[in-house]
Amino acid sequence: MSILIDKNTRVMTQGMTGKVGQFHTLNCIAYANGANCFVAGVTPNKGGQNFEGVPIYNSVLEAKQQTGATVSVIYVPPPYAAAAIDEAVAADLDLVICITEGIPVHDMLKTRYRMAGKKTLLIGPNCPGLITPDEIKIGIMPGHIHRKGRIGVVSRSGTLTYEAVGQLTALGLGQSSCVGIGGDPINGLKHLDVMRLFNDDPETDAVIMVGEIGGSDEEDCARWIKDHMNKPVVGFIAGVTAPPGKRMGHAGAIISGGQGGADTKLSVMEECGIHITRNPAEMGRVMKKVLGSRG
Amino acid sequence: MKIHEYQGKEILRQFGVPTPRGTACFSVDEAVAAAQSLGGAVWVVKAQIHAGGRGKGGGVKVARSLNEVRLAAQQILGMHLVTHQTGKDGQVVRRLLIEEGAQIDKEFYLGMVIDRSRQRVALLASSEGGMEIEEVAAHRPEKIHKLWIDPVAGLQAGDAAQIAKQIGIPDTAIAGAVVAIQGLYHAFVEKDAMLAEINPLVLTADNRVVALDAKFNFDSNALYRHPEVMAYRDLDEEDAAEIEASKFDLSYISLDGDIGCLVNGAGLAMATMDIIKLYGGSPANFLDVGGGASKEKVTEAFKLMLKNPNLKAILVNIFGGIMKCDVIAEGVVAAAREVHLSVPLVVRLEGTNVDLGKKILAESGLPIISGSDMADAAAKVVAAARNT
Repeated sequence: MSILIDKNTRVMTQGMTGKVGQFHTLNCIAYANGANCFVAGVTPNKGGQNFEGVPIYNSVLEAKQQTGATVSVIYVPPPYAAAAIDEAVAADLDLVICITEGIPVHDMLKTRYRMAGKKTLLIGPNCPGLITPDEIKIGIMPGHIHRKGRIGVVSRSGTLTYEAVGQLTALGLGQSSCVGIGGDPINGLKHLDVMRLFNDDPETDAVIMVGEIGGSDEEDCARWIKDHMNKPVVGFIAGVTAPPGKRMGHAGAIISGGQGGADTKLSVMEECGIHITRNPAEMGRVMKKVLGSRG
Repeated sequence: MKIHEYQGKEILRQFGVPTPRGTACFSVDEAVAAAQSLGGAVWVVKAQIHAGGRGKGGGVKVARSLNEVRLAAQQILGMHLVTHQTGKDGQVVRRLLIEEGAQIDKEFYLGMVIDRSRQRVALLASSEGGMEIEEVAAHRPEKIHKLWIDPVAGLQAGDAAQIAKQIGIPDTAIAGAVVAIQGLYHAFVEKDAMLAEINPLVLTADNRVVALDAKFNFDSNALYRHPEVMAYRDLDEEDAAEIEASKFDLSYISLDGDIGCLVNGAGLAMATMDIIKLYGGSPANFLDVGGGASKEKVTEAFKLMLKNPNLKAILVNIFGGIMKCDVIAEGVVAAAREVHLSVPLVVRLEGTNVDLGKKILAESGLPIISGSDMADAAAKVVAAARNT
């Protein structure tokens, strides 16, 4: 098992015919069971065409009806990306992964509002996507650094997730699923939502949680972990050295009004029983130690 | 993106929020002429910089004659205004706002933010106008009233009236307060703001509700659809290195340390700063070259870092995913040759094509110090900076 996606997941790609969409679709198809998983593309007015053998449809609904795909990944440019999410939600897909970076916050506010009461889950936007190693990769992460295994990874960042995964793999610790929830202030699944899924997944033994400055999602997740989590969690927060009031690359990575600082997050996480490290080079080793001590 | 108070007031007026009459000025003579043409007997001379806390820093003065306007303008224009938001060197004042004086009866606070956990626009209102809202939140949180706004229905007049009552606006002025509150909301949404504050919002002696200040911060991801907001950008208020970086689509923030860092990805870039600090060094900048860094981008990034006179060493930390390590290595070698590298350079490569990347660095003949992982690279760059 794994969380959210596995080798039986069927995926459509919104924005497949753009340069970015083409590039990553080919990479995803080439990974593990990708050739069977990626069954459709959606580009308005290009229905009936195909890209590398993957049929293109004019709408999400049509792609769903014709192929049975229940998951969508979005590479649509920022001005249109929120509308692409809306379309996937309206078609009642199970899961939407929005890779696009740079969507206006007010667009996302409206989209999230429209999602209330709908069954569709959203990952991102501004995220690397998610992967269940040796089964399926949906997103832009390098597949080859992953190994199949029993550690879950959840993170707001892209390359810092790869860093955590790379450390795990180097130590012989494979991953069950790795989820990049994205660096935007208004997004879909939070750390807490993904942590819940890992807690319920019988094939995940422990989780690495990577956070960064801004907002209070990590604190919310930590408090939930304290009361509910029955698996060890290793945590790191990026941005201890970030100055207040500055947006550190990610739209959501900003300390504002004295809130969202890394030290506060780390101390709340530690109080809640998370094995924190302040050294980003030690995430994998701390996990190894935690697992070893459990015998 | 931040803008000046006078620009914020222009926006507020477009949305029906009353403000004092005023004129933006760039010289002392303009300031006196503006006061003369505004008329009246009392004027306020206000420094226009993007940082808050201008009053306490001596950047706001009341003048009761044209001569006092002249004196105040002379004092403020060109001063290094130091506030709690500027840092110790302050910000040079290049623009003034000359406004008619207002007869203030009572001061309030009105603000709007994006509430991340509730995923709504939140209206904040308080009877404690004129104070920093963080101060009020820390010491008298019960004085802050909040309202989370339904993005489809918008801010209803009834809700605006209720919150105006809660902060103590008298019944006779509620209608005026509703206009101000709804106007602020419409400006916030239609202009894609991330933060807006009117502090203080005042009740005048003649019972009008007026915005005495205006602070906006806009979503830079939405500026493509607001050229009119983009036109308000004042490059004098921004860090020169950050402006230069934005031209090359590099995400760069100046810090006060001496170890430059060049990283792909925002999270890893922050983590790289953190590990430098953890190993006893101090980062000179945040720099995310992004996912598709070309040789040109890497070269520009090196040039930017090398402009910093405090720079003692550089750490390149790349986790190649989509971006291949050999491409980055070629970029680093080309950049190091072009810019005549004057400080030690430590490079840590990991991920796609890492062996090829390392080979390119090793065969370049350049004195590049190789880091085997993040920790090794951080330790080496901190040691190199100490010996420079």
